[in-house]
Amino acid sequence: MSRALFSPRQWLTLAALLGVSFTAWAAGADLGQADKQATNWTAIGMFGVFVVFTLFITKWAAARTKSASDFYTAGGGITGFQNGLAIAGDYMSAASFLGISAAVMASGFDGLIYSIGFLVGWPVVTFLLAERLRNLGKFTFADVAAFRFDQTPVRVFAASGTLVVVAFYLIAQMVGAGQLIKLLFGLEYWIAVVIVGGLMMVYVLFGGMTATTWVQIIKAIMLLAGASFMAGAVLWQFGFSPEAMFAKAVEIKTSLAVTAGKTPEEAAVQGFSIMGPGGFVKDPISAISFGMALMFGTAGLPHILMRFFTVPNAKEARKSVLWATTWIGYFYLLTFIIGFGAITFVLTNPGFLDAKGGLIGGNNMAAVHLANAVGGNVFLGFISAVAFATILAVVAGLTLSGASAVSHDLYATVIKKGKADSVAELKVSRLTTVALGIVAVLLGIAFEKQNIAFMVSLAFAIAASANFPVLLMSVLWKGCTTRGAVIGGFLGLISSVALTVVSPAVWEATLGNPKGSALFPYTSPALFSMTLGFVGIWLFSILDGSARGKQDRDGFLAQQVRSETGIGASGASGH
Amino acid sequence: MQTDLVQKIASHPKYQELKSKRTGFGMWLTVAMMVVYFGFILLVAFNKAFLATRLGDGVMTIGMPLGFGVIVFTIVITAIYVRRANGEYDALTEEVSKAVLK
Repeated sequence: MSRALFSPRQWLTLAALLGVSFTAWAAGADLGQADKQATNWTAIGMFGVFVVFTLFITKWAAARTKSASDFYTAGGGITGFQNGLAIAGDYMSAASFLGISAAVMASGFDGLIYSIGFLVGWPVVTFLLAERLRNLGKFTFADVAAFRFDQTPVRVFAASGTLVVVAFYLIAQMVGAGQLIKLLFGLEYWIAVVIVGGLMMVYVLFGGMTATTWVQIIKAIMLLAGASFMAGAVLWQFGFSPEAMFAKAVEIKTSLAVTAGKTPEEAAVQGFSIMGPGGFVKDPISAISFGMALMFGTAGLPHILMRFFTVPNAKEARKSVLWATTWIGYFYLLTFIIGFGAITFVLTNPGFLDAKGGLIGGNNMAAVHLANAVGGNVFLGFISAVAFATILAVVAGLTLSGASAVSHDLYATVIKKGKADSVAELKVSRLTTVALGIVAVLLGIAFEKQNIAFMVSLAFAIAASANFPVLLMSVLWKGCTTRGAVIGGFLGLISSVALTVVSPAVWEATLGNPKGSALFPYTSPALFSMTLGFVGIWLFSILDGSARGKQDRDGFLAQQVRSETGIGASGASGH
Repeated sequence: MQTDLVQKIASHPKYQELKSKRTGFGMWLTVAMMVVYFGFILLVAFNKAFLATRLGDGVMTIGMPLGFGVIVFTIVITAIYVRRANGEYDALTEEVSKAVLK
């Protein structure tokens, strides 16, 4: 494809600088330039190595996955540091890696607004929920939300909230997988989606949470290492001067605007616009609403909340969230540099552009093309393998979370009234895993043309409006009752989904209605739907004069004592 | 958990201290995080020109260090809470559980 930017000697200097040995890759990059065809095989080979390795882990994990506790929480034996990496792995999805670097490439500073929003939810999780979740829960966040309430209605709500969030998140991941493989292997989109669905099912079915966690940890390390290298390579080209990198990017954006027919004055303004906020945040209401979705959505993502049950105690739960925040913050810093690197090295290289001047494979391929630009075809192969592994791992985590909602919340608690045995519960989990795998493939095919980073923000809005209010109020407010939690929760869930459907992104862009016909004009529904969720919980709780309501309020003291001290909480390994 | 144990813990002075300290500190930090983040978002919404103001002669704008400042703040504030909770609050929890679970 294109020529690498570095000579082999520069490679070695850079490798020494980063404290990592890239000698083998440097040699490989030269081979890649000599023979273009072979490089694709290198990429496929790297991905193959990852798959074989993770299948061995799955085999090892399968031998340890006997009980429902092993399946859902890896027996509770993951350390804080390991869990922090796994959470970061869950969060650093292909949607953030590819989507945010693409957003930065397209509009600069606006991509940073996006990243910051994704990060600021973590302190909220730490201060309000992490340790309390660990002290109260067992397998799913519904264990916590329903702790002192009537199990059936609250579990039905929590399972609905989980499945809707998981569905939106899954769509984003599957679309990313399809786009990536189309570019890398030249396969049809749908084949890629089927491969992801199939491999993910193997991890979850046989290895449960143990395999999912370790796949996630390995992928997180690979992604952080690969992204560090790319960002380091970009900065190195500019003598580690951010000013020089920004200046070059502005210059390139300006000359692109001139080429597109703008006057020099207009072009200068457009070029400089990447250094400040642009059209991403359209109006103040959208800005606040979107900010709320990202900040509070994190605390309502079921596959993230589930991770707090894999550690032995509250201390490890706190450590894991601090590690996760640190890695994720670092990762967003890298994606920002990668996005600017894409402006300077990808947009200027005709090898990466199609006839209309757009990126081959679409804007979401910014980071992938940059990998080729800074590291040649071998590094392109590595980054593609990592991105694909990322999708696999995140999809596995999401599926596990969805399967636990169906088997633990709906089957074991609602249908069997808590009397299901571990074997039957496990069987239902596995059947659900297969069903979700098939649904994920179908959704992936249906949503082929959507911007994947945007899909993730929809999942956040729903998590912030439905799951988060119920969780927070049930844990912190004595007056919350079953009736209030269920009605308020469903109000948040239904309103966030409904407002999303009638927002411009879905109503006009996806459903093809004329521009301006969307009933809800804002980017994100969270300001309205989250408020509706909280007000609903509060109103229907204080109006609740039933005997059940009294029982719910009376149960608060015991719940609070356990959530604050952990006394009575299920310990480390369940066996 | 048995009712008498719950009462015993709930009325223990160290438990009261733990609960009020942690809840207060957690709320305070949550508010601080919200002020910083929504402050940033409101600047984006209402004063785009300010964030796009150049620092010096180059292309660097005020928005860049400010944005990265929010990222660093997020990590630091989390570290502050975790440090205090894993030290002071866990010590209090330990005292409570020793006193009631003899």
